[in-house]
Amino acid sequence: MGVLGPKMAFRVLVGCKRVIDYAVKVRVKPDKTGVVTDGVKHSLNPFDEIAIEEAVRLKEKKIATEIVAVSCGPPKCQEVLRTALAMGADRGIHIEVPDEEYASLQPIHVSKILAKLAAQEEASMIIVGKQAIDDDCNQTAQMTAAFLDWPQATFASKIEKTNGDLLVTREVDGGLETIKVKLPAVLSTDLRLNEPRYATLPNIMKAKKKKIDKKKPADLGVDITQHVEVLKVEEPPVRQAGVIIENAEQLVSKLREAGHIQ
Amino acid sequence: MSGNLSAIQHSQVTAEIVNQLAFILGSEHVSTSPSAREHHGHDESFHKCAPPAVVVWPTRVELVSEVIKVCNEHVIPVIPFGTGTGFEGGVTAVKGGVCMDLTKMDQILDVRAEDFTVTVQPGVQRSTLNNYLHDTGLWFPVDPGADASLCGMAATSASGTNAVRYGTMRENVANLQVVLADGRIIHTSGKGRSTKKTSAGYNLTNLFVGSEGTLGVITQATLRLYGRPETTASAVCSFPDVQSAVDTTVQTLQCGIPMARIEFLDEAMIDACNKYSHLSYTVTPTLFLEFQGGEKAVNENVQAVLEIAQMNGGSDFQWAKKLEERNHLWKARHDCWYASKSLIPGSSAYSTDACVPITSLPECIIAAKEDIETAGVKGPIVGHVGDGNFHIFLITDPDDPNSEKNIRWVAERVAKRALSVGGTCTGEHGVGLGKQKLLLEEIGEEGVRLQWQLKRMLDPNYIMNPGKVLPQLP
Repeated sequence: MGVLGPKMAFRVLVGCKRVIDYAVKVRVKPDKTGVVTDGVKHSLNPFDEIAIEEAVRLKEKKIATEIVAVSCGPPKCQEVLRTALAMGADRGIHIEVPDEEYASLQPIHVSKILAKLAAQEEASMIIVGKQAIDDDCNQTAQMTAAFLDWPQATFASKIEKTNGDLLVTREVDGGLETIKVKLPAVLSTDLRLNEPRYATLPNIMKAKKKKIDKKKPADLGVDITQHVEVLKVEEPPVRQAGVIIENAEQLVSKLREAGHIQ
Repeated sequence: MSGNLSAIQHSQVTAEIVNQLAFILGSEHVSTSPSAREHHGHDESFHKCAPPAVVVWPTRVELVSEVIKVCNEHVIPVIPFGTGTGFEGGVTAVKGGVCMDLTKMDQILDVRAEDFTVTVQPGVQRSTLNNYLHDTGLWFPVDPGADASLCGMAATSASGTNAVRYGTMRENVANLQVVLADGRIIHTSGKGRSTKKTSAGYNLTNLFVGSEGTLGVITQATLRLYGRPETTASAVCSFPDVQSAVDTTVQTLQCGIPMARIEFLDEAMIDACNKYSHLSYTVTPTLFLEFQGGEKAVNENVQAVLEIAQMNGGSDFQWAKKLEERNHLWKARHDCWYASKSLIPGSSAYSTDACVPITSLPECIIAAKEDIETAGVKGPIVGHVGDGNFHIFLITDPDDPNSEKNIRWVAERVAKRALSVGGTCTGEHGVGLGKQKLLLEEIGEEGVRLQWQLKRMLDPNYIMNPGKVLPQLP
């Protein structure tokens, strides 16, 4: 653990997405083009919050030397950057994407942006949430690693540093898998990695003074032309009342009526 | 005087009344189904389920008022319901009537972060509010363990593990919107007001805090918020006996050390917690401690308490610093109720709630343990000893026909002993159904008579949660 010889920079880039707060009851817009976001509480994507927490813990262990929080979108994204800064990130980068283009911004665009930033900032590690709770894509970490040709360790539930490598325990369908990845690497966080600290009032005050740089995707040479068109957004069908059945014969006849059996 | 009110005959809820309620609220907000009524007829206490005749879910304060007016006109009981997590049978509909489930009114209104206040409706639970606030650096620290409705907590004057530092609901409710028995809607501190202090008129807010639904229905509460502490550290300290653990607490408080939490668990409770929450603490009287504040201050406080503990024969502190570890520790503490119940499968539990001056605490706990042994029942003890408040979770044994009798014997002795040293029979759970006689002894006849006068004035038809809190006068 730690580095030998003169202190080398270990910069961690953390992706922070502004999403509708998990506790909000989401409503579909009457025109079915999307969900209602006006006047609705938004916050930092919970998995990204876990990523920030992990980065801060790495800095407290003197493994990371600087934490840079990144968010792509309209001006309101700066709110989540301030949250990240209050938790312990050192500075922020806001990639400005206006509202109309933000509606069609996809992981493929974000991962190109993160890849370019990683090169510019000479990052040793990129860490993002495994997925955003609005689109549930679970693509950004993987695509970013591909663009950079870096190793990826996704669904991390434990991260340890051993010399030049990372030992990451991943949550997979069959249980837990531990892998060794060389740095620099891209990681995505799973729920059980840590419990993020609360931002305290003094830290929120200090965060107001930390720097947030603004850039545009074009400054990084990234094209954010729309790839995907949303045709329709609908609520799931309303749950129907159940029917109490008296006996097996009735069950069979109802199944037959509904065409589930012959 | 009380005789008049308790003798009031309430009317039945007829089909016509149900139709009237459905007309006011919409039929989807009214239910007479047996499962809805059963669910709304009991809380976490051992008091038998007494289902209401009908359950309603109003969505606005105006509708709450309309329903109450109908009930008042027909002399039908109204019982407010939040999360049903009370310990004293407060929601049991012992005289039937209408249970008013307020959880559909679930908005968090008017977060004034820089003024440290927030206004909530009854459907907002404690953890919902704290999650909502989590990126503001603020929190509402009254923590009774259950994820209760904040307005319900106001109604029972709830407290919890953080009271030693932050106080109880009494100190932290700045304003209430209440619907009275005649349907009038009032704001106890005036509409939209919430200052840190006021001398304006009678303290109506604290009249309703702790009134357990007997004076009006709370439909909105303005709460005081606090900044999250910069540093938090939790520790466990084991002691050779009860006296040394409680002495440590008393001496810590008398030194003026600002503790955030001091919780006592006796060896029976540690054993239950170890089993239920998969911990491995030494099975001996223990203190769970929490320190909050700036880093330097926390370190100083830790040193000071460590010295006191060691003087009393306490062990080294076992630390829980990371948020996950602290949450696990305090969850185990809050799961004490379930941990105790699982000592005997199929049991139900009764919690005592004696709260005494801290100088009397050691003798009260030690005497209580002797009573538990004499009665031959299981009664692990856990307590907010920083407030002089301790709970014995007395567990009934379904296989022992004498178990309930023995438990009542212990509970009564504990309560009376608390009263005899100048304490109260209920520090935080409320009077509800079971502690009415003790209230008479505690407050005295004249005090209780005054409470009946207030009750009669505010609720002349005795519809507001009848049968609760106030005892019959001799």
